[in-house]
Amino acid sequence: MFEDVSNFKLTKELTAKLDAVLNAHGNDSTQIVDILLDAQDLIEQHYIPKIVAGYIAEHLPTKLSVIYDCITFYDKLSDRPRGKYPIEVCNSIACRVNDSDFLLQTLTKLLNIKPGEITYDGRFTIELTDCFGACDRAPAVRINKVVYGPLRSEEEIKKMLEKML
Amino acid sequence: MEEMINLTINNLPVTVKKGTKIMEAARKLHIDIPHLCYHPDQAIKARCRLCSVEVVGKKRLLAACATECWEGMQVYTDTKIVRDTQKGILQLIMADHEENCLTCPRNGNCDLQDLCSRFNILRPHLPHVSKPLPKLCDNPSLVSDPEKCVKCGRCIRACKDIQGIEALGFSQRSINLSVGTAYKDGFLKTDCILCGQCTVVCPVGALVEKDDTDKVMQALLDPEKVVIVQTAPSIRVTLGDAFGLPDASIVTGKMVTALKMMGFNKVFDTNYGADMTITEEAHEFVERFKKKDCLPMFTSCCPGWVNFVEKHYPDLKEHLSSAKSPMSMFSAILKSEYAQRIGKKPSEIYSVAIMPCIAKKYERQRPQLQRNGVYDTDAVLTTRELIKMIKSIGIEFDKLPAGKFDDPMGDSTGAGAIFGATGGVMEAALRTADDWLAQKPLSEIEYKTVRGMDNGIKEATLEIAGQTIKIAVVQTLKYARIVLDKVRSGQCDYDFVEVMACPGGCIGGGGQPVTSTRHTEKERINSLYAIDRTSKFRKSHENPYLIELYKNYLDDIGSKKAHELLHTSFEKQPRWYDEALKKQEK
Amino acid sequence: MAHFITRNFGKYDVFSIDSYLSIGGFSSLKKALKMDKEDIASLITKAGVKGRGGAEYPMGRKWSQARQVTRPHHCVVCNADEGETCTFKDRELITQDPFNLIEAIIIAGWAVDAEDGYIYMREEYAHLCPRLINAIEQARQRGFLGKNILGSGFNYDIHLYSGAGAYVCGEGTALIRSIEGKAGRPRMKPPFMKQSGLFTRPTCLNNVESLSIVPHLLHDAAPYLAQGTENSIGTKLISVGGNVNKPGVFEIPFGTTIRQIIYDLAGGIQENRSIRLIQFGGASGKIADDSVLDLPYTYEDFAAHNLIIGSGSILVIDERMSVIDFLRATQDFFLHESCGQCVPCREGNRQIKFFLDKIKAGTQTQEDIETMLTFAKVMPLSSLCGLGETAQNALQSAIKVFPEVFGLMPKAQGEQA
Repeated sequence: MFEDVSNFKLTKELTAKLDAVLNAHGNDSTQIVDILLDAQDLIEQHYIPKIVAGYIAEHLPTKLSVIYDCITFYDKLSDRPRGKYPIEVCNSIACRVNDSDFLLQTLTKLLNIKPGEITYDGRFTIELTDCFGACDRAPAVRINKVVYGPLRSEEEIKKMLEKML
Repeated sequence: MEEMINLTINNLPVTVKKGTKIMEAARKLHIDIPHLCYHPDQAIKARCRLCSVEVVGKKRLLAACATECWEGMQVYTDTKIVRDTQKGILQLIMADHEENCLTCPRNGNCDLQDLCSRFNILRPHLPHVSKPLPKLCDNPSLVSDPEKCVKCGRCIRACKDIQGIEALGFSQRSINLSVGTAYKDGFLKTDCILCGQCTVVCPVGALVEKDDTDKVMQALLDPEKVVIVQTAPSIRVTLGDAFGLPDASIVTGKMVTALKMMGFNKVFDTNYGADMTITEEAHEFVERFKKKDCLPMFTSCCPGWVNFVEKHYPDLKEHLSSAKSPMSMFSAILKSEYAQRIGKKPSEIYSVAIMPCIAKKYERQRPQLQRNGVYDTDAVLTTRELIKMIKSIGIEFDKLPAGKFDDPMGDSTGAGAIFGATGGVMEAALRTADDWLAQKPLSEIEYKTVRGMDNGIKEATLEIAGQTIKIAVVQTLKYARIVLDKVRSGQCDYDFVEVMACPGGCIGGGGQPVTSTRHTEKERINSLYAIDRTSKFRKSHENPYLIELYKNYLDDIGSKKAHELLHTSFEKQPRWYDEALKKQEK
Repeated sequence: MAHFITRNFGKYDVFSIDSYLSIGGFSSLKKALKMDKEDIASLITKAGVKGRGGAEYPMGRKWSQARQVTRPHHCVVCNADEGETCTFKDRELITQDPFNLIEAIIIAGWAVDAEDGYIYMREEYAHLCPRLINAIEQARQRGFLGKNILGSGFNYDIHLYSGAGAYVCGEGTALIRSIEGKAGRPRMKPPFMKQSGLFTRPTCLNNVESLSIVPHLLHDAAPYLAQGTENSIGTKLISVGGNVNKPGVFEIPFGTTIRQIIYDLAGGIQENRSIRLIQFGGASGKIADDSVLDLPYTYEDFAAHNLIIGSGSILVIDERMSVIDFLRATQDFFLHESCGQCVPCREGNRQIKFFLDKIKAGTQTQEDIETMLTFAKVMPLSSLCGLGETAQNALQSAIKVFPEVFGLMPKAQGEQA
């Protein structure tokens, strides 16, 4: 009940796109994880609004409880708004021993948000995440499926962020 | 010949059928291996790990609930490592459990409490990690208290495997794992139909009925109120379970005595209401059958089933019989004819119903079931709540002498009694409808094909007075869905269908004692048929008091007055996203 | 460095089947289609290939058993949910040789009589999906997938499913639940995957690397069999990370020493610091100190030193990080990744984290240590799945290798951990 469903407008345009996603997956409820990932990509804030989950439940032979379970179980699915560019900072040991702390602090400083928060313009969020298999580029971040690293200096971090402007 | 397996448990030899799990093999030796997630009627979950036992030759401990016995298996349930592990797991559970035992609705009746006492866990051993979580009580039936939840998943299995509803599910992971509705929404907004099967299997106080005992107690202590109680058909065969009597004992007399001792002014029988329901419903069926109007006709006495149709198949609600449930018919007469008879205003009567069901609490407050702002039924108590009240007052139930229901609404037929079992409503209705279709009393009155709880859907074709009637009896909503889908697609050729949401019917209801299993439910059904066999009258329309009621008050069966008092209507119940999506479309 | 499984790396355009065919691509499939199926399994057995995802189950035996299951509708699942920390070898196989993986999955399907194959790829590698989708599509166009493959009468197709960020989905039963459209919580075994796995079909589940070896073995097993040791035949793809100068993926012959791996291949420790500890096989792996540097990288030598090869990762931590901080980080990982359904794992991880924090703060009592050790023992004994079983591997090995950290050796008490 943390989210008021009326906050998010399910436009005609979005429902058309959601229908396309469902069709692309053959309205196959076993593909719910892929469907949710694709649906999330359709939304600028990279999350599954409650009403979108309801829409998918209505159109698949899957119960809302199963969809909600998936959204909350998998790290890469979110039930709350994220930035247009969610910065996933690797929090696993290989990055930690390569000073991901500095990377995190610098991001926090530059964007003026803490992990889990969203910038005032909705552009960025900082998220701590487990190893995404880029340990040879530690310390690394991942933004919208692209890995950036190693990011050892403020210069490098700024340059990376500028790409998102 | 079934293959047999020989094994030893704690060096004691035992022989079991192939496929038997260690848990059940141990039971044969009268060893109760500790468990929380295991439930004899459910699929194996192997999640709590409390039943971890040692098996010679295995590096890890094995879950006794999940591991099949093999030939020559050597099991130990009492070694140090087993005890340490089981106790360790229990401590881990307790560290995350809100220990307000004294104020918990399951105090004294809780699997976790029993285990702690068994393992002598006297003080919190580990740092306490449970966080305060809000209770969910958005509805008159069901309360969820996630702080108490041990995440065993029994409720999820009941919701999914029995009913196919899946309103409850897991969400999140690791220490945030929780059990509940999607988005933690109130039950009314979700797929939930308030059947209460989750409350029967919950080992702790995480899912319980909304407690109305205080409300009833206050009414009993109020000298201004005439407090009248009715008891559903199935209560008399389940109540004794909680008082050390053999399972499924028929305790009608003791129950009446107890209720009188509790201070109820009159103790009546819902079976009388059941006779009314049958009379009206059979009449409705005969009319609809003749006109082939909106067939199949579905029974509508089960409130979980009614909720299901209103929420999941609202397009088919016209197929439901408009006859009120026995409880609601009874209450309607109580607050009209009976009130008049004893010279009281309806508002001066406090009508209590003892039901095997938590959805009845929802039914009670349906807007259709009130007249002039007065609800026909003022409170519904489940079997479990009645047990609690009897204990609270200090009545030694098992030692009570037998009492008798009060007149006139305490007399009923065998047809009313079998309402509590799957197939019972159908059989009762047929006893009446057949007489009317044949236009003479028939002597063959036992319809055995509709009895029993082995099949989800029981079908029969009857020839009565040259007409063929196709009937079906459905138990649990998983099977009801199959029938409704057929109706939707026009492929259903039944004329009359009985549906009960709970397994076995009301004897397996969501308000029955938590010790209920499929096994005890079968015995309860036998007890109900035993009551039927020994009844003086076995057809509802032959209930002499009912005949009198129709003659003196209701004019006739199916009359205008009968419709006003004894029939109801149904409305679509929207889920949150039904509403929200509709709103967004605009 | 060896070049067996990596021999195609950089040799062809990974988006072009023609390019792959030009270096001899799909010749192993053609060969396999003419072979006795049991001979394929035997070849793998002869090469001594053990599951490369971490479970180390003999792969030839797995295939042989899979084919013998009499229930119909067999399927193959490729586990590309490479979630162990510091493990990224499968990433390289998919990046640099996607067609070989597809060829391998087709061969697997043929060898175990499967009707279709599934690839379950972690979302973290989503950027690699286009090249797999492309490879599947091109293979389909050229008749390597679909009906009657290369005139053999064999019908087979491959489906690509994505994970969504859950380490536990690397566990077989969790993985299949995820493909089935549910949250990836493991279930108990039995039923075993080979009998009743994905959609209750008989399922042969293999790691990317395990599968990828097969076409190369079929092509020419001799160079593989000539390398390694008697009990650890051939080569292994490993990923090295942490405080090394040149982290990366390397193919080594079994028997290479750890010193060679860390100092020769991975360029040694950053700024020549000394090694605090090394973790082998990912977060669920065990740890050692620098006394193992001259240990040959083989299954047998590792087993003798209470280590596991596991996922083939080597994480090197230098002196700047303390053992207790390392353990806390590992514990954080499991605390985040546990599926939470079974009590020992969900609550055990949480409680052990408390005790580790206490040790860090120096406020632990003897009783705390004992309780922690009890739960470190109870968890692997009684957890539902492999995650709970192995989550305390690091802690348990730390107790043996660094007992002073836990005050278990009087002389070391009070020393900096």
